[in-house]
Amino acid sequence: MSVPTLKQAPVQANTRIMGVGAYRPSVIVTNEDVCQWIDSSDEWIRQRTGIITRHRAPADVSVIDMAEGAAREALQRAGIEASQLGAVIVSTVTHPYATPSAAASLADRLGATPAPAFDISAACAGYCYGIAQGDALVRSGAASYVLVVGAEKLSDVIDNTERTISFLLGDGAGAVVIGPSDTPGIGPSVWGSDGSKWDAIGMTHSMLDIRELALTGKHGAAVSDEEAAVTDASLWPTLRQDGQTVFRWAVWEMAKVAQQALDAAGIRSEDLAAFIPHQANMRIIDEMAKKLHLPATVKIARDIADAGNTSAASIPLATHRLLEENPELSGGLALQIGFGAGLVFGAQVVVLP
Amino acid sequence: MASNEEILAGLAEIVNEETGLAAEAVEMDKSFTEDLDIDSISMMTIVVNAEEKFGVRIPDEEVKNLKTVGDAVSFIANAQA
Repeated sequence: MSVPTLKQAPVQANTRIMGVGAYRPSVIVTNEDVCQWIDSSDEWIRQRTGIITRHRAPADVSVIDMAEGAAREALQRAGIEASQLGAVIVSTVTHPYATPSAAASLADRLGATPAPAFDISAACAGYCYGIAQGDALVRSGAASYVLVVGAEKLSDVIDNTERTISFLLGDGAGAVVIGPSDTPGIGPSVWGSDGSKWDAIGMTHSMLDIRELALTGKHGAAVSDEEAAVTDASLWPTLRQDGQTVFRWAVWEMAKVAQQALDAAGIRSEDLAAFIPHQANMRIIDEMAKKLHLPATVKIARDIADAGNTSAASIPLATHRLLEENPELSGGLALQIGFGAGLVFGAQVVVLP
Repeated sequence: MASNEEILAGLAEIVNEETGLAAEAVEMDKSFTEDLDIDSISMMTIVVNAEEKFGVRIPDEEVKNLKTVGDAVSFIANAQA
């Protein structure tokens, strides 16, 4: 019996980022505000993190709301209708439902239905993971245009009185549209994970722990489920990190990954117009730039000073700002690298839209 | 294998690059935090660069024991031995 030859989707040689959008929520949290919650000073925080303010979202603004704001701008700048999208990807660790995804709701709001839609859990590497997948989907012919969003409402998962990470974090969303291109616009993704450092950054406890704590009462006292859940705010899981381990990993291992992304793209550091690392800490950014021997001509994204660390949103937000402030960078090459809880990492060289 | 003097000189170079402190100020009995005013993030940067320069591994839990420049020099010398 002869088996008929099936059709496979035609591949696309090149892709590019077509447009970028941003959503910065309205509440500004200053270092003075932070110092009401932890024993610190504006000078201490600036010196060790480079952060001056962070944006945080009010209670009635959700991860999906912010994602929508950023996505609409990205679509408009890309000149693409939502109905043309072949996939909607949202990178987030703060969408408060394990299921359904933020992406499915976002696709519906935008009018992208029935585009496939899914979330990525890759923390601060989420945007670069999204670019890796969006690029692969378009080149493989699985999708024509892909929306990649990094959206986080980290203020929902912090404890303002702890000192390892909460004071660094902000909320926001950034989005891009990836589509076909005549010339190469997204270099090979260098991405990976190191789960041996699973404990280095993460939540204080799991959802199962919350159930257990709520049923038994955190302090061993017999309390009703509702009482325990409502009165004991410490049941709510929040983020923690081992700053020392993370800093060392970021500076040492991530500079190597960034170099690998340059090598994979066949680009030298002096060819770059911009370096857009995850906005984790200004000191990490400075140290990575040093290790990469970036010439002074390369613009370094330093959005963290005003935006804080916004996890998956930080790279597209920083990209958006760089392009707003330096429109001449459009068409130039940018090295982007995300890294965070998992631990996970991803990096690419891209042509700026 | 480097002598203690060579390790001190190498360490002083790293500290100078990270903090701008004169290399001569980096002496064996100086405390990183109290005398040299080096904060925890600078300390980690110095540790990362020292690992690279001297080809040794300085575990995170060891870093807090390196109170003086001399502590770091002895640790690196032992790790190289």
